Amino acid sequence: MRIFEGFINPVTFFSNPEIATSAKLLEIMFIIMGLVCIHSAIRNLTDKENKSPVGSCIFWGVLGIVLMFGRFLPSALSGVLIVIMTLPPIFKRVKAGRAEVPSEEYTKKKAEQIGLKIFIPAFSIGVSAIFFALVVPSLGALVGVGVGVVISAVTLIALNHDNKPKVFLGDSRRMLDVIGPLCMLPMLLASLGAVFTAAGVGDVIAELVAPLIPDGNMTIGIIVYALGMVLFTMIMGNAFAAITVMTVGIGYPFVLALGADPVVIGMLALTVGFCGTLMTPMAANFNIVPVAMLDIKDKYAVIKNQLAIAVPVMLFQIILMIIFS
Amino acid sequence: MLCGGCGHREGLNIMEFSELIKLLGIVIVIVGFILKLEPILIILLGLTVTAIVSLMDPITLLSAIGSSFVSNRNMAIFILILLVTGTMERNGLKESAAKLIGKVKGASPGKIIGAYGIMRGFFAMFNVSFGGVAGFVRPVIMPMAIGAIEAKGDVPNEEHVEKIKGMSSGMENTAWFFWQVLFITGSGNLLVQQTLAGLGFEVELFALVRQVIPVSIFAMVWAIIYYNLVDRAQRKKHYGSGADAPKN
Repeated sequence: MRIFEGFINPVTFFSNPEIATSAKLLEIMFIIMGLVCIHSAIRNLTDKENKSPVGSCIFWGVLGIVLMFGRFLPSALSGVLIVIMTLPPIFKRVKAGRAEVPSEEYTKKKAEQIGLKIFIPAFSIGVSAIFFALVVPSLGALVGVGVGVVISAVTLIALNHDNKPKVFLGDSRRMLDVIGPLCMLPMLLASLGAVFTAAGVGDVIAELVAPLIPDGNMTIGIIVYALGMVLFTMIMGNAFAAITVMTVGIGYPFVLALGADPVVIGMLALTVGFCGTLMTPMAANFNIVPVAMLDIKDKYAVIKNQLAIAVPVMLFQIILMIIFS
Repeated sequence: MLCGGCGHREGLNIMEFSELIKLLGIVIVIVGFILKLEPILIILLGLTVTAIVSLMDPITLLSAIGSSFVSNRNMAIFILILLVTGTMERNGLKESAAKLIGKVKGASPGKIIGAYGIMRGFFAMFNVSFGGVAGFVRPVIMPMAIGAIEAKGDVPNEEHVEKIKGMSSGMENTAWFFWQVLFITGSGNLLVQQTLAGLGFEVELFALVRQVIPVSIFAMVWAIIYYNLVDRAQRKKHYGSGADAPKN
């Protein structure tokens, strides 16, 4: 079977001097992330309060395996694993287990003891990521996050000796349960974008939209791309989904292929999409759920209060894209 | 499709069915999100249909899914961060944040919302949240804003309170959307990086962050100004013209 061809030996990978240290460190971080997921999988499987122990275990367990061993497995086998991983969420069989929520008294007491020092571990990850990106670019921001997490954990242990490894693991499982399988959405959307590109979807859209955009007119291309991002985000309720489709279909052929700066165009396309998120009831988590949480009478009150922000910010970004591309 | 002297636009009219049908995957994704189907199901359908209509064989599709997911593993970095997030909460992160914003005293509702925006945005830069609307706006910001009206001896007007609720949520979203992208390894930034990489452009994460700084600042400043203008107009309307004057 072709699925089982192409394994890479981890020992060869880690001992190969030609592979950058940052890649090896990242691989170690992926192994730790995989272990966090597998821990969550096992805890959920043995949790009597979890209504779908098997589904939850499959989802987190397979995710853990792909994170840990993805580099060393044949691509097609990883693909099979990803498909297996998506099945429990599709059938709504990923549930949260028993949440070990800290009591309010405990967090209050700790807040009094630790006070504003709690912001040291909170900020250390971001600071470390930026530090590595700027000062140690050969290792990069992601390795910086890894180092930051270590600093953060050590600080937490120093601030409160109750924070044992078991507490960190229990809490991370609780957090994974809370965010659930939708946390995989950005990754899966990125894969979708890659498959769209491979299948030539972008070329077809480009051919269809070509009559609307005068040849080589990058400014009009940018405007169509940006407004398309806003519109698609409003329709789909998700800027991440929109950017996948729009960049392949419009952004590449009509803006990037004409030589525009991909940094400006790619990044601002996403944030211009966020203006669409501010204006749509499809983004229910952000715009509709708060209405219920705050007992607001008008169902669209949040959106109405965001329109006068979204539109100027959108225009500002389109101008930036045109000037700096 | 160039045909002699007739120019490439001609290609549109004679674009073949086998080409157009490649869009089916996109149509499925758009319709799926509109119908609010399970997002992961939508993506799987979009992938499968795109592969079928472009005559990819199953192994090629699985390899494409596998290799792109594996090369996108960077985007799972949040799992590593979760290793400490929950424990920070356990040690009073939210309570300390509440204490911090509680130091804003004697301010109008508009200024309290503005202060919350700044704090939310600043923490978002470090990928730190403390509860959003349910966990922070409702229990901390709303009582502060209502208290600010009462402190001036006024009875909170219903329309004003509704506005404050809407604006607090708006500030929550604006601050989070436009400032979380300043966290260098945020999932949005990584998605942009991977999407561009798929098209053959290698970009640095830091370059992406630098590009978005003016947008973050503009969105925050404008939101604060706008919400304060609305709040001031509301106070004038409901509590009389002297509402903005300091009471001393």
